[in-house]
Amino acid sequence: MATAKETILWRIRHATRDVPEAESPEDVPVKRGYRTEDEATREEIVSRFAERTAEYEAEVHRVGHDELPRAIQQALKRRGVRRLVVPPYLPKDWIPDGVEAMRDAASPQLTKEELDESDGVLTGCALGIAQTGTIVLDAGRAQGRRALTLLPDYHLCVVREEQIVGLVPEAFARLEEMVKSEGRAVTFISGPSATSDIELNRVEGVHGPRTLEVLIVG
Amino acid sequence: METEKPARRRETEDRRNEGIASGVEGFNERARRAVNDQQLHDSIELFTHKSVAGRNAVLNALPEAPELRERAYRIKQETMANLDRYLEQMADAVEARGGNVFFATDGEDAVRYIGDLAREKGAKVITKSKSMATEEIELNRRLEEDYSDLGLEIVETDLGEWIAQLAGDTPSHIVGPILHMNRKRITEVLSRTAGEELPPDVEALGSFARRRLREKFVTADIGITGANFGVAETGTVATITNEGNARLVTSVPPVHVVVMGIEKLVPRFTDLSVFVRLLARSGTGQKLTVYTNFITGPRGEGELDGAEEFHLILMDNGRSKLLGTEFEEALYCIRCGACLNVCPVYRQTGGHAYGSTYSGPIGAVITPLLKGQGEAKDLPHASSLCGACWEACPVGIPLHDLLLKLRNQQVEEGLAGKAQEIAFKGFESTMKRPVLYRISSRAGRLAQKPLKKDRPLPGPLGAWTGSRDLPPLAEKSFRELWKEGI
Repeated sequence: MATAKETILWRIRHATRDVPEAESPEDVPVKRGYRTEDEATREEIVSRFAERTAEYEAEVHRVGHDELPRAIQQALKRRGVRRLVVPPYLPKDWIPDGVEAMRDAASPQLTKEELDESDGVLTGCALGIAQTGTIVLDAGRAQGRRALTLLPDYHLCVVREEQIVGLVPEAFARLEEMVKSEGRAVTFISGPSATSDIELNRVEGVHGPRTLEVLIVG
Repeated sequence: METEKPARRRETEDRRNEGIASGVEGFNERARRAVNDQQLHDSIELFTHKSVAGRNAVLNALPEAPELRERAYRIKQETMANLDRYLEQMADAVEARGGNVFFATDGEDAVRYIGDLAREKGAKVITKSKSMATEEIELNRRLEEDYSDLGLEIVETDLGEWIAQLAGDTPSHIVGPILHMNRKRITEVLSRTAGEELPPDVEALGSFARRRLREKFVTADIGITGANFGVAETGTVATITNEGNARLVTSVPPVHVVVMGIEKLVPRFTDLSVFVRLLARSGTGQKLTVYTNFITGPRGEGELDGAEEFHLILMDNGRSKLLGTEFEEALYCIRCGACLNVCPVYRQTGGHAYGSTYSGPIGAVITPLLKGQGEAKDLPHASSLCGACWEACPVGIPLHDLLLKLRNQQVEEGLAGKAQEIAFKGFESTMKRPVLYRISSRAGRLAQKPLKKDRPLPGPLGAWTGSRDLPPLAEKSFRELWKEGI
């Protein structure tokens, strides 16, 4: 008896039998003429990223490298964060004194309850996208697993200027290699968690963090 | 404490037989009721109006939007011509990462696979992210009935979908599942679940949902999602939500199951850059959806993140029948809902009138195609053929044209009602003979005299005038005026 796989593939081959046997998909290239690189200057791209991220009601600050630890400390203080979730490989000088660092690791992992009860999480990111005000996480260094940026109610994210790309296709091009070789999970975050299911009224933080704050370092 | 099990049956009417397994007759009757429901009308008007305005604004702000639409169409065309290869490539890629792949010829296959998996895992709680494919096969109901001994608690985690589940209702829009419910009704449903009176305030209702669903997320044994897109070359699955629920469903439980229609494939990872932008801009008027997730297999060696087990179900359920036919383009759909929002019929009737999982123009096309024409005869007629759906479609599916082809097929297969048959056949034979056309249009002007004043047409043609006024024919035809030098 044919397996379901054989059945489905046979149905498809039968239906597409007019496609020449020797023809491979590469023989019929799909033209891709849309913009794949932003021609704007670095400064324009970084400012656009700051502007578009802020449009999502995220708080955005641009700071110099030296000012970063202080900016982090101030942000956490404003928010009243005492118990801070810290992903693996987060630079040590990012964690201010007087804050309880809840470190997550491959083992032991913080429990879901611990994450749920924390005051917030501090992470880096993989990329920023100026066109859409997006932060990209790929479970790489200083980002941690996805639950870390979902269960806490406040997410403070540090983006280095050189991580910011202009256009969405540039982000996919940069991520392609990692996805092919390592297959890590990738998340594009464009604004805070939100729903409009009740009479189209926007409610933030149905599931993910209600507040996103971004520090751009350069 | 959860004291009340979600009501699975609609209180007023049993809709179970209106799922994908059975016919969806009765559009006209349901539509007539919907048109007279003022509250429903207001809700639909609010939703569709705002959605169309939002979509237009963000698409106009993207200079390459028309080009992306063209690209999307071409990519899908290429995918369908080589779907067998791409499916095998995706299956191989997922298996190479340690994931499991199951081909399901129909909904039954998919339900059985998931039910057996739940039994094997001893699962109690299943969290789900909104998925049209699982709606299509009525996964929740069938798991609860066919695997009732497992005592599964299946929880929808998209806020709208969860409220629909609690109310025993079905989604009425691909993107806005409960746009047909007003705040009062939603407050009633959530208050019943809370066991206390909740204030009719969106923040309070949202907070209650957050607390209650959070309990479910952290105890779930299995997470089930659909797939907005699947990438052949990498085995990546895209799940796209504004709430972040798919991200929780796929990262917290130890087992992740994806139910993906075989038409959701795109060949390359970089193709996603075209589709995620079109989906967000067309569906919800956003530059990108808040959480756009890409998952490539289960948690890898030394990886911190992801489900330990990953199961990809590639489901046919009637889709392959469309390949290589004049209806193939219907498989290009990315389920953005833009065609619903602009459709003059949908805007009057809402989604439930269609009686099927998929409503609006795309629903009117794919429901008869997936179920068989005989099972959904009304739907190809639930359209004014104005073409607004085609203009709105971000991948350029000629929906109005497909609807017309479906009507034509009904006539050819003898499925059409008497009135349509008379109209189609009569029109066809008359158009072929100009003399007859001239005589008939003159005769029509004479014959319309007794009918003009709001009187319905007699006999089987009465259905036509039941919902429309018969437009008066011009006193002189264009041909006659032309002859006279206009």
